[in-house]
Amino acid sequence: MKQFTNRYIFTFATVMVAAVALILSTAALLLQPLQERNAEIEKKRNILASVGVEATEKTAEEKYEEFITGSFALNSDSEKVEGADPFEVDVRKEQRKPLEEQLFPVFIATLEGGENSYIIPLEGKGLWGPVYGYISLKEDMRTINGVTFDHKSETPGLGAEINESWFEDQFTGKKLFEDSEFVSILVQKGGAGEGDPHAVDAISGGTITSKGLEAMLYDCLVHYVEYLKNNSN
Amino acid sequence: MSKDKEREPLFSSKNLKLLREPLGENNPITVQVLGICSALAVTVKLKPSVVMALSVVVVMAVSNVVVSLFRKTVPPRIRIIFQLVVIAMMVVLVDQVLKAFAFEVSKQLSVFVGLIITNCIIMGRLEAFALANKPWESLLDGIGNAAGYGLILITVGFFREFLGSGTIFGYPVMEKLGIYNIGYENNGFMILPPMALITVGIIIWIQRSRNRDLVDKS
Repeated sequence: MKQFTNRYIFTFATVMVAAVALILSTAALLLQPLQERNAEIEKKRNILASVGVEATEKTAEEKYEEFITGSFALNSDSEKVEGADPFEVDVRKEQRKPLEEQLFPVFIATLEGGENSYIIPLEGKGLWGPVYGYISLKEDMRTINGVTFDHKSETPGLGAEINESWFEDQFTGKKLFEDSEFVSILVQKGGAGEGDPHAVDAISGGTITSKGLEAMLYDCLVHYVEYLKNNSN
Repeated sequence: MSKDKEREPLFSSKNLKLLREPLGENNPITVQVLGICSALAVTVKLKPSVVMALSVVVVMAVSNVVVSLFRKTVPPRIRIIFQLVVIAMMVVLVDQVLKAFAFEVSKQLSVFVGLIITNCIIMGRLEAFALANKPWESLLDGIGNAAGYGLILITVGFFREFLGSGTIFGYPVMEKLGIYNIGYENNGFMILPPMALITVGIIIWIQRSRNRDLVDKS
């Protein structure tokens, strides 16, 4: 067998690592604009999906312009913050900041028929990784108009079902408030009671994802409670 | 050194065997019992199974060729590290390209792309075949083994999705056939991991009952 000197081995390893690093960083740099654009389109599609507007990759920009008529960001005192672009706010990053510095974006969609819907982004934890989504409220600011969820790495067929329509459709028409008290939505193992306005069925085999989703709804929406109460009509 | 030796045709019977054997009598999953872990994880639905199979074909074919090209220059003492680096690089590249050009598919795959790195079949073929053979043979061997792996993955995925969710590629077959009306219910057990193992077990059983040579004599 051919003998290799230590010097050769070290040189080989160094060159190998440098070459791979070069290839990967070149690929990352070249592909980054495309990926960012995909992420932006994805975000717009998700926002639209929460109010029930289907958009494809091609029509997302156009439909976003058409339906999303306003947006603003709130601070932790539920006051509107000037000069912040709500679309650029990364809710996951916001959650790591102290509460006083956090921004809470709201998007307003004007649907066919002229009714406004208020869209709130959600970010939380599933079993294997992040879960996220958007929830849209009707004009009364307490009834859910629609939701869309997605996840990074939940188990297919189990936790990953959160982005299926059978799960998401359950939320439509549910109420976030009991009289004037904020109760959020419970994701109930064993199934929500018939006609319960504050609960939906959990996913069998996806209990931890379901619980994570429930916590996400509460933790994100609780910061909007003041705003929702003060502006509901 | 072998200038006067007649060149072997690209698709000689020996080379075709490299492609064919892993599909049947030398299947990486059912015969060599490699790569079981990912076969269990991704086969709940048919679509991720198919995409996973395709990604493994790409990663495995390219890694096999790269390792084969460097087979004479890699110091044996760090060959495992070299193989790992090649596989990891390919997986990251596949992931990045999918994110840029096929965003929907990359969302479907999510964790599975990362799982390819841990697939013992790839490392096994690099170590056992590519390090000792020429690039062309290695390419065929890589495609053959990845296809053998994918074949089992897709078969298992098909039965698990069909029996567990009553759909094929998300299309509600059972519902359209009206099977539910005569009292059939989806078998929820099929979507749980143990059923993947049992399904693979049944495939192994069928294969061995048809091909006695595979049965372990001891």
